[in-house]
Amino acid sequence: MSQTPENKKGQVETTGHVWDGDLREYNNPLPRWWLWAFYGTIIFAVVYWILYPSWPYADTYTKGLETVSFTVQDKDGKTSTVTEHWNSRALFNKDMESSPSALAQKEWLAKVKDMSFAQIAANPDTLNFATSMGHALFGDSCAACHGSGGQGVLSQNPDGSYPNLTDNNWIHGDSYEKIVSDITNGIHGSMPAFGALYKGDKLTDLAEYVLSLSHQPGVNEEAANRGKSSFATCAGCHGANGMGNQMIGAPNLTDAVWDFVDVPGAKNIDAKVKLVEGVIDHGLQHQMPKFGERLSPEQIRLLAVYVRQLGGS
Amino acid sequence: MSSVDLLEQEPELYQPREPIHPKSIKGRFRRFKTTIMMLAYAIFFLLPWLRWARPVGPDQAVLFDIPGRRFYIFDLVIHPQDIFLLGGFLILAAWLLFFVTGLVGRAFCGYFCFQTLWTDLFMKVEYWVQGDRNKRLKLGRQPWNLEKIGKKGLTLLIWTAIAFWTGFTFTAYWADTPQLFVSFFTMHAVSAAYITTGILTATTLVAAGFAREQICIYMCPYARFQAVMFDKETLLVSYDAQRGEGSSGRKPLQKGLMALEERHAAGTGDCIDCNLCVQVCPTGIDIRDGLQLACISCGLCIDACDEIMTKRGWPDGLIRYASELEIETGTKPSLLKFRTIGYGVGTLLVSALMIYGVLSIKPADFSVRQVRQPLFVLMSDGSIQNNYELKINNKEQTPLDLKLEVEGVKNAEVSISGGFKDLHIPADGTRNYHVHVRVPGSSGVSRQVIIFKLIDEQGKFPPIQQETSFNYK
Repeated sequence: MSQTPENKKGQVETTGHVWDGDLREYNNPLPRWWLWAFYGTIIFAVVYWILYPSWPYADTYTKGLETVSFTVQDKDGKTSTVTEHWNSRALFNKDMESSPSALAQKEWLAKVKDMSFAQIAANPDTLNFATSMGHALFGDSCAACHGSGGQGVLSQNPDGSYPNLTDNNWIHGDSYEKIVSDITNGIHGSMPAFGALYKGDKLTDLAEYVLSLSHQPGVNEEAANRGKSSFATCAGCHGANGMGNQMIGAPNLTDAVWDFVDVPGAKNIDAKVKLVEGVIDHGLQHQMPKFGERLSPEQIRLLAVYVRQLGGS
Repeated sequence: MSSVDLLEQEPELYQPREPIHPKSIKGRFRRFKTTIMMLAYAIFFLLPWLRWARPVGPDQAVLFDIPGRRFYIFDLVIHPQDIFLLGGFLILAAWLLFFVTGLVGRAFCGYFCFQTLWTDLFMKVEYWVQGDRNKRLKLGRQPWNLEKIGKKGLTLLIWTAIAFWTGFTFTAYWADTPQLFVSFFTMHAVSAAYITTGILTATTLVAAGFAREQICIYMCPYARFQAVMFDKETLLVSYDAQRGEGSSGRKPLQKGLMALEERHAAGTGDCIDCNLCVQVCPTGIDIRDGLQLACISCGLCIDACDEIMTKRGWPDGLIRYASELEIETGTKPSLLKFRTIGYGVGTLLVSALMIYGVLSIKPADFSVRQVRQPLFVLMSDGSIQNNYELKINNKEQTPLDLKLEVEGVKNAEVSISGGFKDLHIPADGTRNYHVHVRVPGSSGVSRQVIIFKLIDEQGKFPPIQQETSFNYK
């Protein structure tokens, strides 16, 4: 209990209220430091109301005096400064343009802007910047289909498959320029359905032949030999020996990688034949949207560097 | 408001502090204290200004660079990975404190503690501006007139200047000092610099100007626990009560008790009760009451008593450094006792470990992270590829040229994104590499351990290695 100097002589201050003639209430005020701290919070609150958004009224709220400015760029590339009342979204925008990490990123972007792909790849630091920035862009734009690490999806259903970008099998070619143009313009990949042309045994024979190209164990050699003549239809795109054609995006059928149906994952040769038959019967329709409008040319360049090194090219 | 009588008076919780105005004194302990203070201040105040050429990094001798995550101490550069050395340093400091305390009592408190140093300096300022003890006491009793306001104001001004420079110097250890100096006074420094300097200025002013001995008595934990390291053989600032009190107590100099022989004949002790030892005490205690918590072992009372004894031509050492045992029995105990040997061995051991720790700081370290999306890739020729992210950190002040070797997986073909063969890590720098390890599918590879080994081409240090796993089905 606190005592004030005046009542040291055995006197205790009371509030002055008296009940029943002699009942009094001691006056024991709050500790001084506590009280001042409390007044301090009140002053803080008032200052806060003045500076920052705080009170709701009608269908809006007090905006406060504090402002945040940041630069915006419109579609024509014109920049203008926007000043808003203090809010975390504006602070985020400001951070994205002037925080130390944002400035460091700008510095690196300027550094790689005029470098050729070969120059970027020749320096571990620029390559590392390009791949880590590319990885972030990949996560935003590509990972939904191609997976977070570019691993793609290989399913038994061709419509549910998305090419794996981490292997060294490039359907459309692995030059930086080709990757840039594919990202910019998108890809429309299609294989016609040959169900009307090949049916029954003929279809099975052709499938056996296709599987024999990549030396799948258990292929019926006889059937494959019978199917070889039918492959002439396929050779227009896939090449006479099945090596594919990157110009038109026809996959190589002789390697171990399967891009659209999970042949390596099939249980036995019969299942594999079924999968290949399905593709020949129904054809393939695969589309990748064009990203030229969503990403800047500079971003696409970095993305290309990232994608190309995924498989170790 | 009214009041009621209360028969029982409640006790006061706090005793109001009586300001202590120690008398200034000359003597060997005073000289020792002044020397230590000059030395400590020379180091503390000048060190941040010392330049030091380094191949990489700032050219400041001592710099604790928090944003850059480096501690620069002359030629030693401490990286975050080696921060355990800080733990070792603190343990060493603790053992050294135990050792010294076991041997000579609270020597740290009396001569080295910054509370003692700064209080000493602030008292010196008081002495210069307001005069010695008696003048200060008189000034304290005086009503607030022009002289008092002037002297007290000037004292406060000089104190604030010292406190501010103390705060600024502390801040200077965490930034480039000349740059900070310019930016600080042109109001361009980061807010952390102003906040740190402000806090240090305020605490220095309060602790050394006003709180003083109360810090030692009420706040300092060392004051409390150093006492448990005392034993009967620990050297303490002691009043020789047998000699000072005699058989009939101490008495001031008076007729018939002027010479030593007369006093001894009357059974009076050698202490003439001049109170000088009390007047010079910075914590305001009477050493003749025996060992007490508030004594910081500064030895100024020894100086005071010796001065009186010498003046009278009596042997000095009525107050002296002596252990409890020595005061009781008169025999000087050996300093080689179990406790000092134990603490000494502990101190040496920790010092040796520290030196070993500093000398065996790894020149480089690296981490290997297996890319797990996907865990493995089937390549077109049927081989299996795993990908790894390699992060190599060169802690040396010179560039490193390393070679990567992979062990544990047969027929592994290793390639690095960008086609790099030599891994050139710039001085005090970090580089990241993407590594591809490819194994023929027919080689019967499965999930197994793979070891990444970095070999220094100049052979400056033995290969360093990291273990991770190679995955397939």
